[in-house]
Amino acid sequence: MAKSNEPIWWSLFSAGGMVAAMIFPILIIITGILVPFGLASDDPLNFERIHTAVTQNNYVKLIFFIVITLPLFHWAHRFRFTLVDVGLKSMSTLISILCYGGAIAGTIASAIVFWNI
Amino acid sequence: MSTYHRPVSNTWWLKRKTYILFMIRELTSVFVAGYCIFLLVLVYKLTQGADAYGDFMAALKSPISVALHLITLIFVLYHTITWFNLTPKILVLYRGEERIPQGLVAGTFYVGWVVVSVIVAWLVLGA
Amino acid sequence: MAETMQLEIFRYRPEKESEPTFQTFEVPFREDWVVLDAINHIKDEIDGTLSYRWSCQMGVCGSCGMMINNVPKLSCAVFLKDYYPDKIRIEPLTGFPVERDLIFEMDDFMTKLTDIQPYIIRKEGEERSLEEGEYIQSPAELAHFKQYSMCINCMLCYAACPVYALDSTFAGPAAIALGQRYNMDSRDQGRDARQEVIASHDGIWECTFVGECSAVCPKHVDPAAAIQRAKVSSTVDWFKDVLIPWGKKK
Repeated sequence: MAKSNEPIWWSLFSAGGMVAAMIFPILIIITGILVPFGLASDDPLNFERIHTAVTQNNYVKLIFFIVITLPLFHWAHRFRFTLVDVGLKSMSTLISILCYGGAIAGTIASAIVFWNI
Repeated sequence: MSTYHRPVSNTWWLKRKTYILFMIRELTSVFVAGYCIFLLVLVYKLTQGADAYGDFMAALKSPISVALHLITLIFVLYHTITWFNLTPKILVLYRGEERIPQGLVAGTFYVGWVVVSVIVAWLVLGA
Repeated sequence: MAETMQLEIFRYRPEKESEPTFQTFEVPFREDWVVLDAINHIKDEIDGTLSYRWSCQMGVCGSCGMMINNVPKLSCAVFLKDYYPDKIRIEPLTGFPVERDLIFEMDDFMTKLTDIQPYIIRKEGEERSLEEGEYIQSPAELAHFKQYSMCINCMLCYAACPVYALDSTFAGPAAIALGQRYNMDSRDQGRDARQEVIASHDGIWECTFVGECSAVCPKHVDPAAAIQRAKVSSTVDWFKDVLIPWGKKK
């Protein structure tokens, strides 16, 4: 019996949290340290290579899309509760709309960008 | 005769170290979202052509970009570690009467993390 | 020269003050004394008006919970020597209204315990009669919920929980852990009945997994884990209801 619709947000939060935990550290190291300092094989993130990889394969687009959007829902759920925890409970409906709305907006923006590659 | 209701301050989390660490853990989500936006911009630049993308990639070498990445990395690593350490609380498994040790559950996630990181690095940098 | 130490204790006497105050007492320092011993000494020798709860003095009754230097603890389990020579600040458990001195109103907690229906619930027609004998349970089945049965209702977890302090409509760690104790008991069939409380907005979904409840629990019940596991099972239920709406309804 569905007593509350929290489960959908909590599922997205959990999935996003797992994606961020597993994949973000290495990605940050790549875009923040390895590539800028030229520590990886010659320019692996160059336009030709990345553009080809993303456009020739829909699975690459899908995975990339998931990696970008799921952690947004992780942020939305967690940040919503953070704001409530620091005493903003009276605004909890507005906070929920802004947080989940923000994640949904980010998801739509991502969908548009990937659609247009 | 009235009962007394003690007021709760909005800075309750500053009062104890465990609460401060909790709040830091919660704030890691902001850095996670920040990196999502970064990745989205990266993909957007791909749609804007080789020049725009190239400029964006060159900007990664700037001190600001490196600094932001490092700060984000610290917070995201804190998320990763606290996340994996909590998995045994959620994933409670029994073999008969014996509970699977919590270290083993968390450890499995850490191993998975290394494997995933190697695969991602290989795919993004090498393959 | 006998050593002493100071206890700064929260006082509230509604018949004579509208705001609480703190009163500092000087007590003898003894190596083997716990905070409760010092408080009993104060009541016996210094100020008989000091009001507080206590009983077993051995950490099984759950009566003597207090904030000791802002951390919820059982006063019978905290040694003076771990704080000596510093002053110890003693207050009633956080999150509860104060009746007098260290005595807080626990009605809300008692209501929550009863609301969770903490007893074996059998489905219609599935009760075993006396002649049929007892419900058989294996050691492995017992192991699944035993931890959650160890709660002594001391309320330290509620005092540690910032969510409860901010909003007392939250069902709270002990009540949910107690619900899980029955949900995971192989003899019980009442999980759906308890979901009214557990899976509601005031139930598990208010919890942000701070984890302090489990950290302060003197019996290692781990209510935080009980709550997170309830989130998982409630989420599975929710998806089943949404994706398989034609499934068997109660």
